[in-house]
Amino acid sequence: MAARVQTGNRPNAKFAQFKLVLLGESAVGKSSLVLRFVKDQFDDYRESTIGAAFLTQTITLDEQTTVKFEIWDTAGQERYKSLAPMYYRNANCAVVVYDITQASSLDKAKSWVKELQRQANENIIIALAGNKADLVTDHPDKRAVPTAEAEAYAKEAGLLFFETSAKTAENVKDLFTAIARKLPLEQAGPRGLRANPRAGVDLRPEPQAQGGGCNC
Amino acid sequence: MASKATLNSEQAIKSETSSKNSGPPHISLSKEDSEDVGDDLLREDWKPELPPRRSTLELMNVSQKSPTSSLRIGITTTRPKLQSTATTALSLADADGQLHSDELQRNSATSLRSSPSHKSLRSHTPIYRSRSGTISEIDDTTSILSYHHLPGGSDAESILGDLLTTDQRSPQWLFSHGDRHVKQDEMPFDNNEPTADFNREFDEIPDLVEDGSNEAELLQQWESKRKHFLILSAAGKPIFNRHGSDNLISGYIGITQTIFSFFESSNDQLKSFSAGKSRFVALTRGPLYLVAISKLGESDSQLRVQLDSLYMQILSTLTLPTLENLFSKRPSTDLRRPLQGTESLLAALADSFTRGSPSTLLSALECLKLRKRDREAINNAMLQVKCKDLLYGLIVAGGRLVSVIRPRSHSLHPGDLQLIFNMLFEAGSVKASEGESWIPMCLPGFNKNGYLYMYVRFLDILKEKESEEVHKSTDTTEDRIAILLISANREGFYELQKMATEVIRYLEKIDKLSTIKSAIIQGRPTTTDIVPGTVLQHFLYKSRGNLQYVMPSYEPSFITLLGRRRLLSVYHALHAGVHAKTGHLKVYHCISREHVALAWITPMFELYCIADGSVERNALAQAANKVIEYIRSQEERVFIIGGVVSHGPSTLTLDE
Repeated sequence: MAARVQTGNRPNAKFAQFKLVLLGESAVGKSSLVLRFVKDQFDDYRESTIGAAFLTQTITLDEQTTVKFEIWDTAGQERYKSLAPMYYRNANCAVVVYDITQASSLDKAKSWVKELQRQANENIIIALAGNKADLVTDHPDKRAVPTAEAEAYAKEAGLLFFETSAKTAENVKDLFTAIARKLPLEQAGPRGLRANPRAGVDLRPEPQAQGGGCNC
Repeated sequence: MASKATLNSEQAIKSETSSKNSGPPHISLSKEDSEDVGDDLLREDWKPELPPRRSTLELMNVSQKSPTSSLRIGITTTRPKLQSTATTALSLADADGQLHSDELQRNSATSLRSSPSHKSLRSHTPIYRSRSGTISEIDDTTSILSYHHLPGGSDAESILGDLLTTDQRSPQWLFSHGDRHVKQDEMPFDNNEPTADFNREFDEIPDLVEDGSNEAELLQQWESKRKHFLILSAAGKPIFNRHGSDNLISGYIGITQTIFSFFESSNDQLKSFSAGKSRFVALTRGPLYLVAISKLGESDSQLRVQLDSLYMQILSTLTLPTLENLFSKRPSTDLRRPLQGTESLLAALADSFTRGSPSTLLSALECLKLRKRDREAINNAMLQVKCKDLLYGLIVAGGRLVSVIRPRSHSLHPGDLQLIFNMLFEAGSVKASEGESWIPMCLPGFNKNGYLYMYVRFLDILKEKESEEVHKSTDTTEDRIAILLISANREGFYELQKMATEVIRYLEKIDKLSTIKSAIIQGRPTTTDIVPGTVLQHFLYKSRGNLQYVMPSYEPSFITLLGRRRLLSVYHALHAGVHAKTGHLKVYHCISREHVALAWITPMFELYCIADGSVERNALAQAANKVIEYIRSQEERVFIIGGVVSHGPSTLTLDE
């Protein structure tokens, strides 16, 4: 786990908080990418996400800059489609995931990209991630989406592009780091981008020392 | 001490008119028959030569043992309006028509059926005196008195709502009119008892190989499963089956659909039938056929409750209007697609039924035992920081309720909570997410037509802080505390998230998280913790008013999968016995080679308990009384009475 960031001590430290949404067809590995990124773990068998999961992860870009991602890991099933705007509205960045062994999943990814470019934040940073790269290292015939094809599409649509493997961790950190570097960090003050940052959600109970702020 | 027994075919109730005190009800199983009941049959049944451990209905005496524990039973001279008239015959025809044969065998109604003269016997409602000495029609006073202590006046209605109707309907009013043939079987836990092969019940059946050469082997595996659930559309499309691939069992699915449509074409409805040791129970819900195939000896109505729960799971994903729409537009809809991703929820639910679920059997929920003061403080913490859109707020620890707040106008349906608990604690998805979840979900008991949104956060306080402590529970999901906040506002996530953070902060400040934690670590007490020296190995106590139940730990006697299933099979048999429509049993005692077991039903509670086969009836009855005493003294700790009413949103519009 990343260390908690002490922004107050260093005058030049920047701390930025960004909202990130993962979209893509079901079973392409969105949750696995998040699990690898947040916990550095991988489950061989993972049940479908129900609804959406909200997680946070902080990465340090350099000594001065820390970025905290608030991640919406959405379920890929069609029935949740109508909820998607809630997750990508106000998102600063999005990772659209497809499965490099399933050609149809790239089509789905493209339609998500289109929707994001039409409906989401104007400045949203979108990354395209072709997941399950591990499956084709030993069996190149399993690949259904050539790297070049996806890359050309990403370039044309103005997306970051990575082929990733949540299983081997290949390119996972790089993907999120690349997004963080593209985000408008210069606007980030010591207490984050928003005037009224939503209290970062830390799953652990806060240290006792902070407990005094209760309204009772 | 005047004593006159009021009698029915199953029990002899000894009543007494002493009016000086009151206390917990007391039952005793004794051979001394009530002197005034000159029924041969009873005598017959009471003959000492009860054959070796045969299942049999025992006559029970509800009597006064000691002045301190008095069940006040009024003399029936001023017989009140009876729920069922005292002389209504229990005829063989009745039994045949309304009880399924299996029920009868299972319930070992040998004494019911052994002689026609039983026709003249019938349960009736004895009169009891409450503390005030007035005659009451309620045939037991157990928690009448405690009812007076219910806090909060009109708000003291059950948190789980006014569901007694549903509750009653489920077990005993659904007996099929199926197979009238009656076999003389033994108790299910003698005959149908799951054996060691049950340990392989949940093993996955491998896929068919391409040339189909392993088909016979796989089908044999499939047939060896003790329990199957099939869901298919009226058009015959498979929607869910617990074991085996569609390919493997397509033949069976075809047959099932054919049988269904055969009955349907003659405007009839197939409810249940037997084939060999398997019991087939069917449920039609709109465009769906649900079938349970069980070799575990459950009753038809119990299986039907399970099927209904699976149907509710489907509704909770889709809502009723969506489901109906899909099929009215296209009868050949493949529902697997819209349900994609929820197979694991259906499977987890099905498996919990196969393992045996007290919660489903009793249609009730379990609470984490806490001091009343602690629970109030926790409730208060939620109320203090409650946000505007909150509909329900719950704190749950390993499937046991810790705290509930709800709007005045709404209660919670136990079936809905079971679906939620299944999703959170049985299926893997939500708990694996390591974060917070925002889940659209239809709660069919609340409203079949639209979605609510559930915010879920797990707290892993046990993992982090107490790793050195030895947990009684080996299952880590038992250890997890979840905060659930439910709203009708699909955009409400951040508001509920903020509330959850505040609840946690507040609970830490008043040091109640640690209280919850130690209650979890303590685990359920064993029967001997509850009543030192008791002969009971296990019991289930359901408070009918609160729709909640209490049970001790499965340790030490029933910790294995098989042991637990056997226990639950006994409970299913007892439950079927006392809920048989024609029976009107109040007390039901059955014996197998290994166990003696007792069910005791009153308007206030249902008690099911089990002891080793060597235990005498009297000892069993005494032990049952002790449990009732215990529950009574702990009532406000083991149950959430009423829940906390908040001023929730007055009008609700649900997303469809």
